[in-house]
Amino acid sequence: MHSFGYRANALLTFALTILALICAMVSLSDNLNSPSPSAEIQILNINWFQRHPDGNDEVSLTLNITADLQSLFTWNTKQVFVFVAAEYETPKNSLNQVSVWDGIIPAKEHAKFWIQTSNKYRLIDQGGNLRGKEFNLTLHWHVMPKTGKMFADKIVMSGYRLPEEYR
Amino acid sequence: MGWIGETVDSIRSIQIRQLLTQAVSLGMIVTSALIIWKALMCITGSESPVVVVLSGSMEPGFKRGDILFLHMSKDPIRAGEIVVFNIDGREIPIVHRVIKVHERQDTGEVDVLTKGDNNYGDDRLLYAHGQLWLQRHHIMGRAVGFLPYVGWVTIIMTEKPIIKYILIGALGLLVITSKD
Repeated sequence: MHSFGYRANALLTFALTILALICAMVSLSDNLNSPSPSAEIQILNINWFQRHPDGNDEVSLTLNITADLQSLFTWNTKQVFVFVAAEYETPKNSLNQVSVWDGIIPAKEHAKFWIQTSNKYRLIDQGGNLRGKEFNLTLHWHVMPKTGKMFADKIVMSGYRLPEEYR
Repeated sequence: MGWIGETVDSIRSIQIRQLLTQAVSLGMIVTSALIIWKALMCITGSESPVVVVLSGSMEPGFKRGDILFLHMSKDPIRAGEIVVFNIDGREIPIVHRVIKVHERQDTGEVDVLTKGDNNYGDDRLLYAHGQLWLQRHHIMGRAVGFLPYVGWVTIIMTEKPIIKYILIGALGLLVITSKD
């Protein structure tokens, strides 16, 4: 009853239980944080807008993205993954979401940023429906913790519109 | 040295009834582990409720050796979610983020494109030959939470199976030689 094996077993079980409990409490502490992020996206330029031989439209844009995500960071945050998606509807598809840019924010100091970039991923439609299309640009963020539950949310910015003609 | 002598003695003095009792208690332990696993599968709605991250394609968010908790609900798949999916013909599930979603008006079926955060290009290179999109039936679950480092146990046991045998052998010895 008092051999080394039993004592080691009891100690290890106790340590693992306490560790699991601490991880759960750390994750719960994230709920105390009430974030208030803000963002703004401008389309500076439509670089080109063409239809492929297979019938799919593609557009290339230059975007100006400004955001302040500092309120998302807690002591349990490892990084925040942020991306901008263009969302629109077509006759064939009730929802299309295409990510045009993403980035990783490793620390609170980098969470207030301004970036001007052309789209990192190609905005290609399933079909030729993009002329004159109204779309939303949504800034999504995904808070990845050091341990525990992940949180995701977004800000929807609407009112963007693609040109009527190819160029 | 005295410990080895004790072990050999206790193996010699085993009676049939005691052996059977211990076999049953071993069976109970294995069965209750299985019950917990199956219950987790039911609760989370996913075929494998816990997966180990095997590659560095999602760094720095998920490193090799982390474990992910999955949950699968009927909610539609949306861009930004981290999903775990199987490619036909490959047995190892992949954990990546959804970057493109095209959902049909009429059927509600969805075409999904994924990419690892740390990869340069999207996952079309990983999909089956000629496959451009993933459908809902490829996806096993969404990652909802994670624990760092815990998965290293599984990785070590898979990559060096000798450690698995040593561990099971030692556990078996412990069960046989314990007096209660």
